Amino acid sequence: MSTLTEAPPPLAPAEPAKQSPRKRGRFTPYWLLLPGLLWLVIFFALPMIYQASTSVQTGSLEEGYKVTWHLATYWDALVEYWPQFLRSVFYAAAATVMCLLLGYPLAYLIAFRAGRWRNLIMILVIAPFFTSFLIRTLAWKTILADNGPVVHTLNTLHILDLTDWIGWTAGDRVLATPLAVVCGLTYNFLPFMILPLYTSLERIDGRLHEAAGDLYAKPWTTFRKVTFPLSMPGVVSGTLLTFIPAAGDYVNAELLGSTDTRMIGNVIQTQFLRILDYPTAAALSFILMAAILFMVTVYIRRSGTEDLV
Amino acid sequence: MPFVTWLKRHLVVIAGLCTLAYLLLPNVIVTVFSFNKPKGRFNYEWQQFSTDAWKDPCGVADMCGSLSISLQIAVWATVGATILGTMIAFALVRYRFRARGAVNSLIFLPMAMPEVVMAASLLTLFLNMGAQLGFWTILIAHIMFCLSFVVTAVKARVMSMDPRLEEAARDLYAGPVQTFVRVTLPIAAPGIAAGALLSFALSFDDFIITNFNAGSTVTFPMFVWGSAQRGTPVQINVIGTAMFLVAVLFVLVSMLVTNRRNSQKA
Amino acid sequence: MTTTDSSGDVRLTGIGKTYGSFTAVHPLDLTVPQGSFFALLGASGCGKTTTLRMIAGLEEPTSGTVYLGDQEVTHLPPYKRPVNTVFQSYALFPHLDIFENVAFGLRRRGIKSVKKQVEEMLELVQLGEQARKKPHQLSGGQQQRVAVARALINHPKVLLLDEPLGALDLKLRRQMQLELKRIQTEVGITFIHVTHDQEEAMTMADTVAVMNAGRVEQLGAPTDLYENPQTTFVANFLGTSNLIEAEVDTKNGGDIVLKAGGDKLVLPESRCAAPTKTGGKVLVGIRPEKIALTHADDAGSIPEGRNRITGKIADASFIGVSTQYVIDTPVCDEFAVYVQNVERDGRLVPGADVVLHWSPAHTFGLDAAQDIDAGVETVEEEAA
Repeated sequence: MSTLTEAPPPLAPAEPAKQSPRKRGRFTPYWLLLPGLLWLVIFFALPMIYQASTSVQTGSLEEGYKVTWHLATYWDALVEYWPQFLRSVFYAAAATVMCLLLGYPLAYLIAFRAGRWRNLIMILVIAPFFTSFLIRTLAWKTILADNGPVVHTLNTLHILDLTDWIGWTAGDRVLATPLAVVCGLTYNFLPFMILPLYTSLERIDGRLHEAAGDLYAKPWTTFRKVTFPLSMPGVVSGTLLTFIPAAGDYVNAELLGSTDTRMIGNVIQTQFLRILDYPTAAALSFILMAAILFMVTVYIRRSGTEDLV
Repeated sequence: MPFVTWLKRHLVVIAGLCTLAYLLLPNVIVTVFSFNKPKGRFNYEWQQFSTDAWKDPCGVADMCGSLSISLQIAVWATVGATILGTMIAFALVRYRFRARGAVNSLIFLPMAMPEVVMAASLLTLFLNMGAQLGFWTILIAHIMFCLSFVVTAVKARVMSMDPRLEEAARDLYAGPVQTFVRVTLPIAAPGIAAGALLSFALSFDDFIITNFNAGSTVTFPMFVWGSAQRGTPVQINVIGTAMFLVAVLFVLVSMLVTNRRNSQKA
Repeated sequence: MTTTDSSGDVRLTGIGKTYGSFTAVHPLDLTVPQGSFFALLGASGCGKTTTLRMIAGLEEPTSGTVYLGDQEVTHLPPYKRPVNTVFQSYALFPHLDIFENVAFGLRRRGIKSVKKQVEEMLELVQLGEQARKKPHQLSGGQQQRVAVARALINHPKVLLLDEPLGALDLKLRRQMQLELKRIQTEVGITFIHVTHDQEEAMTMADTVAVMNAGRVEQLGAPTDLYENPQTTFVANFLGTSNLIEAEVDTKNGGDIVLKAGGDKLVLPESRCAAPTKTGGKVLVGIRPEKIALTHADDAGSIPEGRNRITGKIADASFIGVSTQYVIDTPVCDEFAVYVQNVERDGRLVPGADVVLHWSPAHTFGLDAAQDIDAGVETVEEEAA
């Protein structure tokens, strides 16, 4: 969590306190690194290779699998499951945008307007983490229940008609619709957006706001020209921290959605744990990984945050 | 007009508080529904007030057993990930060695990977090795994904530490071990603690990776997942509420203690 | 005011600021005439920066009004005021290059073709070559000049400078003091400069207001403040003063004759800031460099009509251009005397008996009801 939140490097000019790496103890670093890295190599990197190999195997559970370079598995998986892939990307993107829209004001509030309430609000943002996220996600079933106040209000305001028309909800229900899944995804990953945003907002020198005001920028212009550009590192790491897990998630689609809202995570899970079609499951998982790595790389390049570094 | 001006000035605050409400609403529901007495198997609709579940939190078969398994795994995963991660973090900050870039990416990648991908690939490994799925495979997986988070947390702290402090310690007759124990470790402690806390929370709450690699072992999140299909006992709300309260209390107390310490120093 | 154009006057009337029960600035009246270089001088926490921020619009005053020329701006937000600020440690936008930093204000006011103006302004501060660099690629002195250019390009009626040289080292600071003075003469805009450095205030400003604990202690030209301080704070804060308590003996024409210890001192009545009556107490002040030091053996050669005190040298430190003595006298055991190293008297070493003497015209008198040590040493402490 605090991972990418630490990512935005300080904007201050290169600090003189750069570490001076020691020369003595030539092998010390390797001894320090060895156990942890071995763990990651064996239980993270190696499985990836196994998975890649599984994806090009054929056979059956009873007779065993062999590597046959059967790349058609990839093609078949894509042909059959492209709607789930597309849906995953779409839901994750929608949830990411929602997180940004909801999270930015709160991060801004904590960074600049909270005063002595800052710590308390911070705790309230993190505290939900301590209740199992599954229990909290189940609570959305109650909140969005068919005869609950939320659905009732949306219905009275005819908002459900609108969302029905664009295909986000169906009839008078919110549960078991795309809207419920996106709502759950947004909720689950919102703190991952707020924390990096807060970290980069908090680093902004308050005098820059004053300077902008002094130089004839109205509050909104100050935000557009100074605050927002300077918070870009937080926006980038926040969107990544939201989008990546959301795209691979299957919990929200399962608990709050229906068979029409199945995401790629649901498919991988079913293939692996119920249908036991390992090659297809491995191929799907591999495609998901490649797609996400590709999108993330392009995104980081395009967002041009390295310029801020 | 003054209302419009007031609204304009406080728009950010209002929007932020709305988001906060959105974040906390499910917790409120969880708490309220821990006092519910549902009619059917599912606890999604309010029926009537009752403290039955609070009086008998372990009244559901297997739930407290799964809770204890989750706690054990979380403790051991925290210990393992914190030790391994702290060692890596020190190596990364304090030493220059070959393949730094590769090491950094190996640590970054698990955090940038959808859980389901890691879960599935780890399962293929275990299946290929013919490993018995259960407590140990879960623990291995948890240490793996917690490691990177510990490294990042500790690294951030050690990097912000003035290397001259260690030089000063050595200048004042402290040997390498003493320097580490008396100066480096105490200063890095908040980072290590943050990494450990994060590990505990991540491990305790993990569902996706656990679900793939658990075999027939049932952790608490898996119990909740299963109950979403079979019927949700009120007791899971009790556990959820209790965990929330304990955590908030813990944070508040530790904040009070630091505040008092700081004010005593000042 | 003799200036014909008063549109750049800054007039503060009864302006004050309180935070809860703490009063940062007591209601004060101040007029800064168009085109002048005005300094607010004081230790940190004296209210000088708060005063500046109230002029800039970054702080809302609790009472009073701010006028720029004839326009009342008390409640205008900063982006509507024809005032610009050079911020402490500059507040340059780190994500914009130098050119865009300087162009920021012009663009906000909807000016499309900024290139020529920005280039001219960068020339004025001698940074034409650096236009496309980011702020962190520049040295401290260069950043400082960008901050000045960024503010000046908007042709503000008043330029506010908040400790603009605080982040620079001593040598660069001297250079930038002259540079700022040059720019001010060139553009003719009113500068209001906040600083805790008394030398900086005195070299640059035409008028200095010395602030202490939220009040203006004294206002005037640097020479006036130095030669004729009105309070012990000003006497101690600006340079060093020897202050001794004395009793009014007699009044004689325009002079007051005072008794201090066994010695009689003469003080021109016009240089006494306190009301005096026979038998009353007065603080007598004299700057260390106004005092001459003569060995006790040559006491006879001292001309008549000078104030004199006898003492013993306690300590002497050789500075180069001068020698600084600490003299133990019956009226004050740490009397400071600075003697130019023109003809050094080899007998003036610690332990030697000496006579201190100075012209009565250099003496000043202060109200004895004040804290005699007000303003002492605070400069160095706060600067750290």
